[in-house]
Amino acid sequence: MAEAHAPLLSLRGLTRRFGGLTAVDGIDLDLAKGGLVSIIGPNGAGKTTLFNLVTGLDRPDAGTVSLEGKDVTGLSPERLAAQGIARTFQLGRVFGNLSVMDNVLIGAHTRLRAVKPAVPVIGPLLELGLALLRSSSVKAEEEGLREEVKAILSRFGERLLPRIDQPAYSLSYANRRRVEIARALALKPRLLLLDEPTAGMNPSETAEMQGLVAELKAEGLTILLIEHKLEMVMRLSDRVIVMDEGQKIAEGPGEEVRNDPKVVEAYLGHGLSGTAEQESAA
Amino acid sequence: MSSWLDYTINGLIVGNVYALVAVGLALIFGVSRLINFAQGSIYLVGAYIGWVAVVQLHTPLPLTIIFVAMVAALVGLIIERFGLRPLQNSVRIAPLLATIGISFVLDQLVMLTFSPNPRALPSQLPDVRFQVGGGTIGPLDLLIAGVGISSALLLFVFLRYSKLGWAVRAASQDRDAAMQMGVDVNRVNQAVFGIAAALGGVSGLLVGMYYNQIDTAMSLQATLKGVVAEVVGGAGNVPGAVVGSLLLGLVESYGVAVFGTSYRNLFAFLLLVVVLVLRPNGLFASARQAPPEPLTGTFIAPSRPVRIPRWALWVAVAVFGVLPMLPVSFYVLQTLINAWLLGMLALSLTLVAGTIGQVSLGHAALLAIGAYTSALLSLTLSVPVGLAIIAGGLMSAALGTILISPSFRLRGHYVSIATLAIGEIVSLVILNWESVTRGPIGISGIPPLSLFGYELTSPTSVYWFSFAVMVLLALLQARLLSSHLGRSFRAIRDDDIAARAYGLSLNRYKSLAFIFGGFAAGVSGGIAAHLYSYINHETFNTQQSILALTVVILGGLGNVVGAVVGAVALVGLPEVFRIAAEYRILIYGIVLLLLVRFRPQGLLGTI
Repeated sequence: MAEAHAPLLSLRGLTRRFGGLTAVDGIDLDLAKGGLVSIIGPNGAGKTTLFNLVTGLDRPDAGTVSLEGKDVTGLSPERLAAQGIARTFQLGRVFGNLSVMDNVLIGAHTRLRAVKPAVPVIGPLLELGLALLRSSSVKAEEEGLREEVKAILSRFGERLLPRIDQPAYSLSYANRRRVEIARALALKPRLLLLDEPTAGMNPSETAEMQGLVAELKAEGLTILLIEHKLEMVMRLSDRVIVMDEGQKIAEGPGEEVRNDPKVVEAYLGHGLSGTAEQESAA
Repeated sequence: MSSWLDYTINGLIVGNVYALVAVGLALIFGVSRLINFAQGSIYLVGAYIGWVAVVQLHTPLPLTIIFVAMVAALVGLIIERFGLRPLQNSVRIAPLLATIGISFVLDQLVMLTFSPNPRALPSQLPDVRFQVGGGTIGPLDLLIAGVGISSALLLFVFLRYSKLGWAVRAASQDRDAAMQMGVDVNRVNQAVFGIAAALGGVSGLLVGMYYNQIDTAMSLQATLKGVVAEVVGGAGNVPGAVVGSLLLGLVESYGVAVFGTSYRNLFAFLLLVVVLVLRPNGLFASARQAPPEPLTGTFIAPSRPVRIPRWALWVAVAVFGVLPMLPVSFYVLQTLINAWLLGMLALSLTLVAGTIGQVSLGHAALLAIGAYTSALLSLTLSVPVGLAIIAGGLMSAALGTILISPSFRLRGHYVSIATLAIGEIVSLVILNWESVTRGPIGISGIPPLSLFGYELTSPTSVYWFSFAVMVLLALLQARLLSSHLGRSFRAIRDDDIAARAYGLSLNRYKSLAFIFGGFAAGVSGGIAAHLYSYINHETFNTQQSILALTVVILGGLGNVVGAVVGAVALVGLPEVFRIAAEYRILIYGIVLLLLVRFRPQGLLGTI
């Protein structure tokens, strides 16, 4: 595949089995730079497992993951983060005892340069030394990142900025989701994976989140999205992939996928297409 | 050949005893995901109750066994009801710490009641040996095997066919689902603790009879062996615990046959570490499974740390700095010197257990490494004491980190077990490596503290020296915590999966935390060695590790100022109230229990 035209993310035959269950079964996926692809499907379809395979938290039994044509299959999550992959988690995994500021600063961890010299073997010891000595370049780097964090938090209006020094456990559920997204943005990701960013949010919070994701897309960020709220999926996605029991059962533009009878059956269940119409019209 | 058969029989018999402890641990782990560190104390209680029954009450053997089982079960029920049930909705680490506290309290109560001297516990069976093949077997061996097998059978029948047994199995598979289906989890816990305690108590009795000797040191050994057997078999797996116990018994017995008695425990702990590293879920566990996504911040108690203004801290430093110039007694200075040394250890542990969340139960080993390095360097190579202490700190940092690194991939309670085992291994290596460490004789004539050629012998100068070193270490640690490393450590503690997804390598940052913490502990051990002028393999023991943990929890996990405040409080208060030495450990245990129950965030709050 020509490097220049390689999609940002490309999955080929990605498979993960748990005992007798094939959670992800031969998934192919291409995501072009700047694109937004949504993955939908009933609970247990293997969407989050797929995210875990792409981000290195789980290893595939077969198949490949490549980033801009480079094979990154089975790399550790640390390495993949350094490659520019950021994600949020379905149930929320903020660092509860860390302040909002520190949570988002962790997102920028892979971008630390001054305090984390890329020296083999003694690199970690240098990092310890530099953290204690705190040279002017280290200080400047830290200050710069703090300013950046404030800029990222200002995207959420007055939701997070006034709570910047509060521990994350004290935040509302919706605010914790926002902190997760802010943390992912602080990584300056090449690829952003959002796992149900609006889970548990009310309609106005959902609309706000939808606006933010649209904004990120408009800025050119490449996004892979898992979402149950079809309205949001239809509005934002370039393409929609439908998973059921680990397999890709449909792929295409939103409208096309939505009317695919296989999808209606798998995703919405038998005889429930009427409900689906209501839901998507809502 | 005949001796091999003897060793095999001995291994299986000892394994049977371990099984009685390990099955109880496995039952409890299965239902409450808790490693019950008090199991060995119940075993100890069983042995002493047995002694009372046999020597004082002259009960016949069957009655002795029933009596011991009932009293031990009662102790188990009390532990469950008053020690653990109130902690059900508490932070994840709380029940573990509570069982450690309970074990301290029980051991000390036994020691205070019966004195620490060993006692003979005569076997109530005729002393005959039967020839079996080339080896011999006695009636007690048969009794132990019989009790082991029949309790395993009874347990199997109970779990399989009784309604409560069903409930136990349901609760161990999915506690929440079992509760929703109407299983009374409290009753299940009661049943499990009662059974586990009865088994533990009886095994204490049998071991006492087997060796015809009981003493209070049995407790920790039994807990350790039971935990080893349980983890080898797979935590929570009852049949696995039985197999693990027999395996442990055989490995020890053959190890003793080949290398000698003093290596017995070394084999047990090496087996544990190897299993933890290669198969952390035990030999018989199913394939590795990713843990469910946790609620955030459940590891340590969320709290808002008490903010102490900087000027107040400097005032406190100044007050303690000028203290020796005031008319205070040497006794006060001596007490505070001890507090500063413990403070350094607590700084180290609060970083490791609090900031990065690796609750180490073997921290005294770091003191030992620092102390031995510094003592040997200054004695044999005449290295100046100041340099030797720094070298001790560096050696603790390096060696401690290397030794502990196998546990970096473990989580939660497993880290505590691994560090406990590694701590024991260090102490056993010191005991057995005579050419370097002088073995059980210890090292005497260690030169006194000195700095730039000046000997620090007066209490005042020792006070200033240790205080200055501690303040320096505390300042460095505060600086570390305010850097990107502080937040990285805490992020790993709160959620290691999310931390990895954001590029934080667990090995790298856990190593850095242990390097920094190891240095502080090593320096503390080094100073102590020159202060005591004599050390041996027991100078830095598990009790000190637990004391340090109590200090750290008292001050607030991860809290630098809290570590120092906790050290002063725990060393100072018993002195203020003139509490006799033998009651101190009891008090520490009670303090730990009360803290876990009523103020898990400590005095100054977790950070």
